[in-house]
Amino acid sequence: MTSVLYDAPGPKAIVRSRVLSIVGIIVIAAGLVWLILALGAPKVSANGAVQPGLWDASRWDVFTDVQVWRTLGQGALSTLRMAAVAAVFALVLGVLFSFGRASDTRWIRIPTTIVLEFVRGMPVLLMMLFILLVFSTGSFWAGVAALSVYNGAIIGEALRAGIASLPRGQREAGLAIGLTPIATRFRIEFPQAFRQMLPIIIAQLVVLLKDTSLSFVVGYEELLRSGLYNLTNFFGSRYSFSFFLVVLAIYLTMNLLLSWLARVIARRTGSRAGGVTPDAAAPPEKPVAPEVVHPAAQGNQSAGAPPY
Amino acid sequence: MDAVIENLPLFLEGFRNTLGLLVLAGIGALVLGIIIATMRISPVASFRGFATVFTEIVRNTPLTLVLFFCAYLLPYLQYSPGYFTLAAIGLTVYTSPFVAEALRSGINGVHVGQAEAARSIGLTFGQTLSFVVMPQAVRMVIPPLINVFIALTKNTSVAGAFFVFELFGAARKVTNLRGDEVLAILLSVAAFYLLVTISLGLIAGRVEKKVAVLR
Repeated sequence: MTSVLYDAPGPKAIVRSRVLSIVGIIVIAAGLVWLILALGAPKVSANGAVQPGLWDASRWDVFTDVQVWRTLGQGALSTLRMAAVAAVFALVLGVLFSFGRASDTRWIRIPTTIVLEFVRGMPVLLMMLFILLVFSTGSFWAGVAALSVYNGAIIGEALRAGIASLPRGQREAGLAIGLTPIATRFRIEFPQAFRQMLPIIIAQLVVLLKDTSLSFVVGYEELLRSGLYNLTNFFGSRYSFSFFLVVLAIYLTMNLLLSWLARVIARRTGSRAGGVTPDAAAPPEKPVAPEVVHPAAQGNQSAGAPPY
Repeated sequence: MDAVIENLPLFLEGFRNTLGLLVLAGIGALVLGIIIATMRISPVASFRGFATVFTEIVRNTPLTLVLFFCAYLLPYLQYSPGYFTLAAIGLTVYTSPFVAEALRSGINGVHVGQAEAARSIGLTFGQTLSFVVMPQAVRMVIPPLINVFIALTKNTSVAGAFFVFELFGAARKVTNLRGDEVLAILLSVAAFYLLVTISLGLIAGRVEKKVAVLR
């Protein structure tokens, strides 16, 4: 798309674009250098004490201490543990929510919809505090419960959209060969919807991993609390920036790895899911009405009049 | 229930601060997001690279860490305009890549033929964007953009953990005062949040129906 927006550059434009690009690099690099120098400059605090700059060795010497790394590792592990447990519960809840939301029984569908709206409109943090105070669970389970309910709601909504986007013939075929409605949903519709929505679900799991840091607020000893808050309190605030950079690097590594995994899976299942449900492979700007994308998917029964 | 009624002024003050954060950070993120989205599609390679790296880094950083940086480390670097402003800065920076992504996906969603037609009648890059692509992209962008702002509304609650007295801060304070009515207090705070998020959601649905481009 973007390549359409401007001409294939001629010699003049190539030069101009190269000059601009170099200017841009210089501006950005100058900004970064300024930032690094400004952070590295020794600074004088109000009482006259001089503090060495950020890149001074005295601001980083804590990292020779094995205990620091052990604390960071434990923090990262507790973050991952919370994320893993919450992810499992979120997936289970998501499946339940999607079934409730797509149910044919009004007494199941409407309450589920209300619960979903309520959960999706509420901050996760408030939910954590809510669970912590009302059910007086520990901070770990408060975090897990809030994260799994919230992300379960979103995953459930994604799965429901996946089920809804399937050609209607899939469900009709299942019912026609004598499966019960529940078996049809479980064995025919759900596997296709899950595969189609897998990239969205994994993206949501990255959000979940990020959101474990909210349990910092309810007092869980995760990466942010143990690696940044506690260590800074213990070693003094002159190390705070060093700890921040290290914790940031750990978070970025974890999240980027998971995002990368999401992209790989999206690419691999994208083609496979396309084989199962043709409208998944259709470009997004096309309308996804099944009769347009996949005329064969619409059975005579659901279309009313036979199409030929 | 009387704990809620007694402390209603606290809740209203918190609600006002939540809305303040939402508006300030929303406008900031919109401006920053437009800049980043423009850099992301610009012909200049270094701008594109910078915008991509910025987006990837900020999107993969937890909001709590961003606000922690703003609340603890910026004052330590001798920049302290008050916790409300610091939280607004943090939320702006955190939300801007999401705005930029929403804008970019809107621009990418405009049919390629539109841009091709504009180019073939001789419009320049700037003209193509401002007369042909943007007017269509804006319509496609509004619903996802509102979703970003709904997320921002919920994210303002994190600022409550970093010394800003907004709804979540109010909830924490009042539950400390009145431990006996935790349920009623938290439900009423949730109601305030739902008031904003659900009405934004309704607007998004309405707008989506109204401005949908048929093609």
